[in-house]
Amino acid sequence: MSGRVLAVLLAVVTVALIAVGTLWPVQAALATAGAGSGSDLLRPSSSPQAAVENLATEIARQDWEKAYSSLANKNEFTQADFERDLRGSYPSLRSHSSLESFDARPLHVSADEGQVRLNLRWSSVVGTFLDTRNLQVTKVGERWQVLWPIVKEPRVPPQVIAVNYLRWDVIYRGAEDDWGAQDVEAPHVRIVDMHPVDRGGGVVLLGELLNEDVVPAFVTVKATLLRKDGSPIATEDSFDKISHVLLPRQVTPFLIEFHKVALSQVDSVHMEPSSTLIAASADPVIGIEDQQLNGGPQPSLSGKLRNQSGEIVNVAHVLGTFYDSNGQLIWVSDGYVDRALLPDTPASFTMSVPPDIASKTKTERAVTTAYLSNRFQ
Amino acid sequence: MKSILTLSLGTLILASMPLAMAQAGDLRLPKSIEAGAAFSIQSTGSGDATLYIVGPGQVLRRSVQLGETTSFAPGDLHNAGHYLVALAGPSSTQTGAFDVTAAHQPATLSFLAKPSRLPVDLHDGISGVVYVFDAFQNLVLQPAHVSFQLSGVAGTTQTRTILTQDGVAWTKMNSASKEGIAQFVARAGDVADTRVIQQVPGDPCGLRMNARPSGQRLALETEPVRDCSGNPVPDGTIVTFTEAYSGGEATVDVPLKRGVAKTEMPAYDGATISVAAGVVMGNEIRWEKR
Repeated sequence: MSGRVLAVLLAVVTVALIAVGTLWPVQAALATAGAGSGSDLLRPSSSPQAAVENLATEIARQDWEKAYSSLANKNEFTQADFERDLRGSYPSLRSHSSLESFDARPLHVSADEGQVRLNLRWSSVVGTFLDTRNLQVTKVGERWQVLWPIVKEPRVPPQVIAVNYLRWDVIYRGAEDDWGAQDVEAPHVRIVDMHPVDRGGGVVLLGELLNEDVVPAFVTVKATLLRKDGSPIATEDSFDKISHVLLPRQVTPFLIEFHKVALSQVDSVHMEPSSTLIAASADPVIGIEDQQLNGGPQPSLSGKLRNQSGEIVNVAHVLGTFYDSNGQLIWVSDGYVDRALLPDTPASFTMSVPPDIASKTKTERAVTTAYLSNRFQ
Repeated sequence: MKSILTLSLGTLILASMPLAMAQAGDLRLPKSIEAGAAFSIQSTGSGDATLYIVGPGQVLRRSVQLGETTSFAPGDLHNAGHYLVALAGPSSTQTGAFDVTAAHQPATLSFLAKPSRLPVDLHDGISGVVYVFDAFQNLVLQPAHVSFQLSGVAGTTQTRTILTQDGVAWTKMNSASKEGIAQFVARAGDVADTRVIQQVPGDPCGLRMNARPSGQRLALETEPVRDCSGNPVPDGTIVTFTEAYSGGEATVDVPLKRGVAKTEMPAYDGATISVAAGVVMGNEIRWEKR
């Protein structure tokens, strides 16, 4: 009997929620869900906030023509410039992402002018990144229109950049070779630092891995937590909190998370670094400049990446390693750059750092991994 | 697997003749023969019989005349091991056994040399293991001399001669102090096998860099990077430049190209620039605007 009541109750609640969602839809959710096909979701731009929300809705629908035509300052740039500002000129995380949600918050509004902060949350394969724009809004007749603060992505002038490429290719042993026949040796890698930390209701393993060989390596680190009796508690690997391609003598930090495990349960840790010889290139070289640890309630490590090679880097992954005053590794963080790295053009990056870690950090080190659309590096 | 099946089949055949086993007569067999050698079996009695020879991976069946000598050609039995013989006649069965041993002459070597790549100047860094086989891929269990020779473009040739134990000989060698390809040769009798060992430079030693202004930036370049034996560290090795200045830091990982690593970094007055390769630190420069 109680089961029937519950079923009826659930049905009634579901119908009620559908009705509420249909009658009073959330603007951002509608836009990003792709609901509706035209201007039916747009409210009249009778207020600065409405004008900004309408613009964001059109951006979410990737209706660039309508979005561009609604701008008050469209005579300052072309629709292509506007599109490139939001999607990037070259294939990058940004060009492969979609607008997950947005919110608009008026900062100040007068009779015919206003300023609205628009937070655009783009969803990508490596997570969500935030793009915040402070938009000037102006009243034209009875309607409000947005003045888009165009950020023109730098274009690399046509040129020839001489690059002395260095590359390793590998010939492996054939299937028909005798079992005793020699094969290429896997690169020798070594964990140079590792220690476990009790954090956030789990155990985190932090460490650094060195490729001490003269050939490039594809590396992974797997760890198993063991009880006193030697039985395993859990096994995890570093996944993306590591730079998987290590060139000779290169060091990468790694972080392995074990959820819902207390450090007191752990007697020992079995580490399994593995390496595979791979074909790789020594380029592109990416410099990290103006790297600084920013304090405050939401600490972060920020800096600029400078691509010192002639190739365009589509996605850059930055790993930050944090050390205390004793030189001990205390944290590993990471972040992605959503725009492509153009040759010799600085691109900003930022990664969050837990406040307690930031207060203990004495020095930090950042390394980058570059992904190019035509190869993996 | 094949051997197990053959043995099982042989055991089955012999087990099916319990009465015959009990009446085992005189069957003259060689005590042991060398794999691939010709041999003969002499039986007693008269009449027609069937001769079975069952061993690892091999079964022979012949129709014979009792009292006569049955000859087997070279190569008829080639797998080393223990063989069971059953001669099933019309009224009795004679049984016996003999061993087939590997030929004394090594014909092939399985040579395991590890590692194929290692740093220079490493004591006992290279290991070589040889399994000696005859022409029929039987492990030669009789002790045999195996000579190991490691020779490269530089340094003296190292030679060791080892006597095999149960068909295996092994040794350890030192890597040379100069980088380059070394030939690791194992020889037993007239048979030799060669492996290539790549001796590569070790950790950088005495890593040093220089700095000079380059427009608004700072051009950094290492001196040719060498290991402690003077071997040039190979191109592609990552050298890390780190610049610490008031309120910030800059880092760049640069691969060696033509023996040196070079890059450009921001020029900050009072900045301290350090260089490292892996866990080896180089010199430090304090940059002052002139």
